[in-house]
Amino acid sequence: MVEENQAILKGVGLTKVFGLGHRKTIAVDHVDVEFREGEVSSIVGESGSGKTTLAKMLLGLINPTEGEIYFQGKRLDLRTYKKKKEYWTNIQAIFQDPYSSYNIFNKIDTLLLDCIRMRGGHRLPHARKVEMMTEACSFVNLKYEELTNKYPFELSGGQMQRLMIARIFLLKPKILVADEPTSMIDACSRATILDMLMKLRDEVGMTIIFITHDIGLAYYVSDSVYIMAHGKIVESGSADDVILHPKAEYTRRLINDVPKIHEAWDLSTVDYSEI
Amino acid sequence: MKHTLQQIFRSGKFVTGFSIFTALLLIVIFYPLIVRDDPLANIGQGTFFPPGVYVNVYDSINAPPYILNLSDAAAKRVASKLGNQERKDLKEWLVAAGIPEDEIDITDTAKLLDLWEKNYDPTKNIPGMTLARQRYFQRLNASLQGILSVEGITIANPNPQTGALEAVKTVQQADYVNISQVPNVRVLALGTDNFGRDVLTELVKATGVSLQIGIVAGIIATLIGLILGLLGGYVGGTVDDIIMFITNLFIVIPSFVLLILISFSIGQEKRGAFTIAVVIGFTSWVWTARAVRSQVISLRVRDHVNLSKLSGHSIPHIIINDILPYIASYVVMALILQISSGILAEAGLSILGLGPRTTEVPTLGLMMNWAMIYQAQILGKWWAYLPVLVTIALITFSMNLMNTGLDQVFNPALRE
Ligand SMILES: Nc1ncnc2c1ncn2[C@@H]1O[C@H](COP(=O)(O)OP(=O)(O)OP(=O)(O)O)[C@@H](O)[C@H]1O
Ligand SMILES: [Mg+2]
Repeated sequence: MVEENQAILKGVGLTKVFGLGHRKTIAVDHVDVEFREGEVSSIVGESGSGKTTLAKMLLGLINPTEGEIYFQGKRLDLRTYKKKKEYWTNIQAIFQDPYSSYNIFNKIDTLLLDCIRMRGGHRLPHARKVEMMTEACSFVNLKYEELTNKYPFELSGGQMQRLMIARIFLLKPKILVADEPTSMIDACSRATILDMLMKLRDEVGMTIIFITHDIGLAYYVSDSVYIMAHGKIVESGSADDVILHPKAEYTRRLINDVPKIHEAWDLSTVDYSEI
Repeated sequence: MKHTLQQIFRSGKFVTGFSIFTALLLIVIFYPLIVRDDPLANIGQGTFFPPGVYVNVYDSINAPPYILNLSDAAAKRVASKLGNQERKDLKEWLVAAGIPEDEIDITDTAKLLDLWEKNYDPTKNIPGMTLARQRYFQRLNASLQGILSVEGITIANPNPQTGALEAVKTVQQADYVNISQVPNVRVLALGTDNFGRDVLTELVKATGVSLQIGIVAGIIATLIGLILGLLGGYVGGTVDDIIMFITNLFIVIPSFVLLILISFSIGQEKRGAFTIAVVIGFTSWVWTARAVRSQVISLRVRDHVNLSKLSGHSIPHIIINDILPYIASYVVMALILQISSGILAEAGLSILGLGPRTTEVPTLGLMMNWAMIYQAQILGKWWAYLPVLVTIALITFSMNLMNTGLDQVFNPALRE
């Protein structure tokens, strides 16, 4: 009962079926998930296990075939666009593919100014807005002066994902869904991105739902872990429990696939100045 | 944006199409400023005058004469009436009339004419010769009268009192006029049509009207297609079902058949060029709607749209900022195709006699229709229909070239 109250976001019996008849895919199959305020929870699973689909349902971007979502203890009603918009002031996302996350016709300033507007800052003087954008960019080690008037396709994948984090920094949502934010970029940038996400959690006090196919990464960042396979949750619990004492056969297989899990993520050896 | 424009003008196909189209457009705009004639005025009495320079005979006679003694003048005069074909024809008649073939030398003009004058008898019945052929020989005979004469022609005026002819002046065979001293010279570069209208002036006007019809039809079709496609694709659900139902209805009934039926039911009197354009527009949006819809369906689930939603944008804002720019290049290309197919549709309708009413403006289709009704193609009056066909071909060709050029540019750019 006590734990129940702490859950900021909860999904009960979430199911998504794509297509009809022979071409029916059950992407997510009666999944129960629960995310506690201020924690980082990971959803781990192989490609095609339904992680993105689950995340989009939690975000209210696709409607579940079945099941309910509870936000701050109240059942979410997302039947109208107006209600969705209200929900989206609380929850934000970083998507898997940075290249398709941007509107290629909008300048980077447009994206960042949208965030300031959403936080009610559209009446602020322009100088203050620039100040805020500069702060957000420097949070992710980018220089606003170099980005202003640029288009997204002029950035690298890593820069794009960092800019997405800058966006979250400006929006300061209660919940962040990070869908494999590092899967499209190299290992060094990956460490930086993770580090920035953790910094966000610490400074803003955000609840983070971290989606990954890499169980080692999940262990490194999260408080609790959900293991997902073929649309179902096969195991869940605290990160230590699940990874150090796995019960499900599938989890053990995932862990064995990662070589030397305990040493691999020693970030102290990474030289940030080179990133 | 600037980058894209540069790319577009580096595409050879686009530039070729664009140049042809611009040239046509410039002619349509500037020709009427130079030649201020009513394109529908019946200037010629009679039908299908061949292309050429028309010099006023009356003015030529009254223009100051210059005597030029040119050695080949007489020969040219004879040749213009008695060419190789005519010589062979003369021989044919003479042989049929019983003159031995080896006595006839068609290269010796004087002898040939002498023989002809002695033997030709218009009443003589030659077996197997058609009436038309007999008439031809009568006309030929008449045109040969006085062909070898070296005398001038006397111009005479009737005396107002007695009515007797009084010589005014004599025009010698060596008399010339300077064409710049003849006040009335008219160039009919494409001759006249069946009504005696100057084909070139009419064609320029018709091209302008047809382009306007195409543009109005194209814009209407593209707008309807775009709006229905966006609505159906983005909103989905019942709205999409209704739109798809209407779209499918229009697909099973071929749009040209629909066009014919609507055009027919409007009636000849109410069919102005603008009405026709609107009708064409309202019957040809279907493919644009379907294509836009399917593109929107794939776009609306993309993450940049999701991100825009998460940024709290309204649906109209998302459609305009996150969907429309991605399909804009496609819409521009569809518009170009719709314009050229609108022009073709008007031509098709008019050829069937269902085009705009004929009293106000010419269109390319109407010109084809008139040429057909008056059998220009059978009579060999190529100038009445060939330039129209070439113009239609040039317009559609240039627009298709621009379209392919744009396709080449836009597709890789979108992958950026
Ligand atoms: N819009 C859709 N229409 C039909 N099927 C879909 C759709 N989206 C996802 N699927 C199917 O649902 C299943 C789960 O997809 P999902 O994208 O959620 O996987 P994932 O775990 O995120 O994989 P990855 O690690 O590759 O991102 C897949 O089998 C996929 O083919
Ligand atoms: Mg995914």
